Amino acid sequence: MEALQDLGFWGTLLVTVVLCALPMVFVLLYALVTIYMEMKVAAHVQDRLAYMRTGWHGVLQPIADFIKLLQKEDIISTAADRKLFILAPYIVFVGTYGGYAAIPFTSIFIGANIDLGAFFIIAISSLVVVGILMAGWASNNKWSIFGAVRSAAQMVSYEIPTALAILVGVMITGSLNLQDMTKFQAGGIQDWVVFGGPLPLLQKLFIMPFTIITFSILFVASLAEVNRTPFDLPEAESELVQGFFTEYSGMRWALFYVAEYANMFLVSAVAVAVFLGGWGSPFGAALSGPIWGFFWFVLKGMALVFLQIWLRWTLPRLRVDQLMYTSWKVLIPFLFVCIIAVGLILVL
Amino acid sequence: MTAEEILNSLKARFGEAIVEAKLDAPQPWIVVDPARTKEIAFFLRDEPSLQFDYMMCLSGVDYNNGKLGIVYHLFSMVHKHKIVLKAFCTKEQPHIQSVAAVWATANWHEREVFDMYGIVIDEHPDLRRILLPYDWEGHPLRKDYKVPEFYNGIKVPY
Amino acid sequence: MIETKSLPTQYATQPGAIQTSSGKTLRTDEMIINMGPQHPSTHGVLRLEIVVDGEIIVDVIPHIGYLHRCFEKHAEHMTNYQQLIPYCDRLDYCAAINDEHSYVLAVERLLKIELPERVEYIRVIMAELQRIASHLIAVGTFGIDAGAFTPFLYAFHERELILDLFEMTCGARLLYNYFWIGGLSHDIPPQFVDKAKQFCKYFKPRIKEFNDLLTYNEIFVKRTANVGVLPKDVAINYASSGPMLRGSGINWDLRRDDPYSVYHKLQWEPQIGKGEMGTVGDVWDRHIVRMREMEMSVSIIEQALAALPEGNVQAAIPKRIRPEAGEVYARTETPRGELGFYVISDGSGTPYRVKGRAPTFVNLSVLPEISRGAMIADLVLIAGSVDIVLGQVDR
Repeated sequence: MEALQDLGFWGTLLVTVVLCALPMVFVLLYALVTIYMEMKVAAHVQDRLAYMRTGWHGVLQPIADFIKLLQKEDIISTAADRKLFILAPYIVFVGTYGGYAAIPFTSIFIGANIDLGAFFIIAISSLVVVGILMAGWASNNKWSIFGAVRSAAQMVSYEIPTALAILVGVMITGSLNLQDMTKFQAGGIQDWVVFGGPLPLLQKLFIMPFTIITFSILFVASLAEVNRTPFDLPEAESELVQGFFTEYSGMRWALFYVAEYANMFLVSAVAVAVFLGGWGSPFGAALSGPIWGFFWFVLKGMALVFLQIWLRWTLPRLRVDQLMYTSWKVLIPFLFVCIIAVGLILVL
Repeated sequence: MTAEEILNSLKARFGEAIVEAKLDAPQPWIVVDPARTKEIAFFLRDEPSLQFDYMMCLSGVDYNNGKLGIVYHLFSMVHKHKIVLKAFCTKEQPHIQSVAAVWATANWHEREVFDMYGIVIDEHPDLRRILLPYDWEGHPLRKDYKVPEFYNGIKVPY
Repeated sequence: MIETKSLPTQYATQPGAIQTSSGKTLRTDEMIINMGPQHPSTHGVLRLEIVVDGEIIVDVIPHIGYLHRCFEKHAEHMTNYQQLIPYCDRLDYCAAINDEHSYVLAVERLLKIELPERVEYIRVIMAELQRIASHLIAVGTFGIDAGAFTPFLYAFHERELILDLFEMTCGARLLYNYFWIGGLSHDIPPQFVDKAKQFCKYFKPRIKEFNDLLTYNEIFVKRTANVGVLPKDVAINYASSGPMLRGSGINWDLRRDDPYSVYHKLQWEPQIGKGEMGTVGDVWDRHIVRMREMEMSVSIIEQALAALPEGNVQAAIPKRIRPEAGEVYARTETPRGELGFYVISDGSGTPYRVKGRAPTFVNLSVLPEISRGAMIADLVLIAGSVDIVLGQVDR
């Protein structure tokens, strides 16, 4: 980026805008693919076929959905708080998209190489809570308020296990910068933090159970962060119709929906960057390089997204007090134990 | 216990509140005073030799000569015997005492009888219509019921 | 009203007042929420007015009548008793055969006719097949209430096979008009017995798969154990029946205890809730009673198929149905409980009064009692475990 200093004000502005828009392009393309994937995975888990007619096996269906949503009537109920109602989807999307700035897509592209990368992502994704509360309150609908308040409680509680789990990764790699963390794990699958990181064999054997547990806890906590089953009480279809976005229709709803998928990839990307070696190839030096790096990163991210979708269609959902119980009384104590154990093993 | 024994123990306790009985029908019935159904019901439920703790059904009937009635089908899970109670009233004086305090299931059944037949159930905890809208006029299951022309502006017969 | 002793819940907060650590009391306000007639989870047009304090329910007031179709008034205008059978189908449209069975039993008792053995055996086979189909809907939609979307589709996959069997016999998949007074409308086709045997062999492992997926799932157990407990005496006082009664530990099944048809000639047992995962009478117990009843029904069907005698199914159908003046109350065990028909005849060919005592109408009245103190998420599960079909509730 330093080489472009001499483009003058408008030049740098143009380049910055283009670079900021690149993750947006990625997010939109990814959303189309994931909508299709969710539909098809859901269908095959449920012993049926999903759309088969729009395009070959329904591949054009997400585009058809998008066009349908574009031309829907924009309904805002008269008793709703207009400003908050309109603002809420944008805040939710911004909270999610802001995290994409610090994701290392590949070795030569990262939006902003922040030294506090992991911390920044956790912080900015908390903005989503504000957006959700706004959406629930502004809808002027008791069920929406229920969903919004439950969601706020849930997301705030599950940020703690997420942060603690990332802390374990930080302890092993020694840096909060996601790009540095990824470079630390370059060297093949045995160097990934989930398998203990590039440490001597004895230390690795001791650390490995703890890192595997931490990775699982991170995955579970990230399911709760994105409001997916088994933690999808805020949008529990059986109780609250659609929870906090009951009253939204058309493109506003589409924005919430895309924000939810973007959030799914964001938390998967963070888990991948911290624990699964980011853009590093599992074979070490073979099949690596900038383009390969992007391919590996997206592949690992999509694998975790697939796992999230798979779980959604298999498990029932937890009740809100059981959800809180799981976070505060199960995940956090386990994580404390892991942090102490990993710390001790690294020191000794 | 047979129907005759049940009738005898009821008669011994309540005397004139037991109006008549028909014991030779396949399902024998006993007619009781409509103003004392609750005490009779308590006796039937709590007396150790009777113990009618399960009320199978409660139906209203319109006998088409100005007479309305409620028919109670009772069963005992303990002794496995059944009995039918009936209580009659007239269209001019449509009052029968509630048994909701005895069998909790009678609550909704009696509301339905009130809804469909217009029999006012005395001492019912929550007497209002159950199947029809709360502001409907008329009691449909009576034999002389005429469908109203309009309900809140909607034409009823089509 | 009877006095309910405090039902076991695991919630520390009592509605109305929260004690802070400094000794002050925060008064919380109650909110009235409407789980309206249109809702993904009330299984039909049921309106539940819920008074909540936060998430804890203080009271539930059900409002029914949105599906009232004047069944009893229609009954008084039929030209003959036979004509009412399609109306009986539509009472509980998920278990139509069992509705027909109950009504036909009542009229046959009025007429005092003797049925051929073959008719009774085929009726038992059809009733049990319908019981499996109805329970599949019940557990499938119950899974959706709990958030598990997949078991519903697996259940419907099995249901298709049963509906194929029905279609083969009488041409209809959901509402049959198959049981006629004194017999059946059609005899079973020659390939029915083999296909039914195939179905029974295929279905047993599928119940096990369903149990693995949903019933014994840790999250599902946590959601349903100790929730919506219905104590025994409350159940009897509220005249509950079917899986609600058996789930509370009461060994009572009309097929054995108030016998009709040929159930007494077959080997089977009612399934009772034992409180394996929580308290006796909780939602999980009712669910497992339904799952085990499906297995039991498969066994009954196999026995009945093996013992099926020859005969003419239309031999006993009377030419004109004119019972003498009298009245009868007959009840059968449908998948949802005790369905009773109180039929009064005045000697003519038209019924004078037909009252349908629907099991779900009676079971639903227990809902306010068992859901006080639960959370809204639990109310959805409790209402799902009562297994409501609004057609039956409202008639």
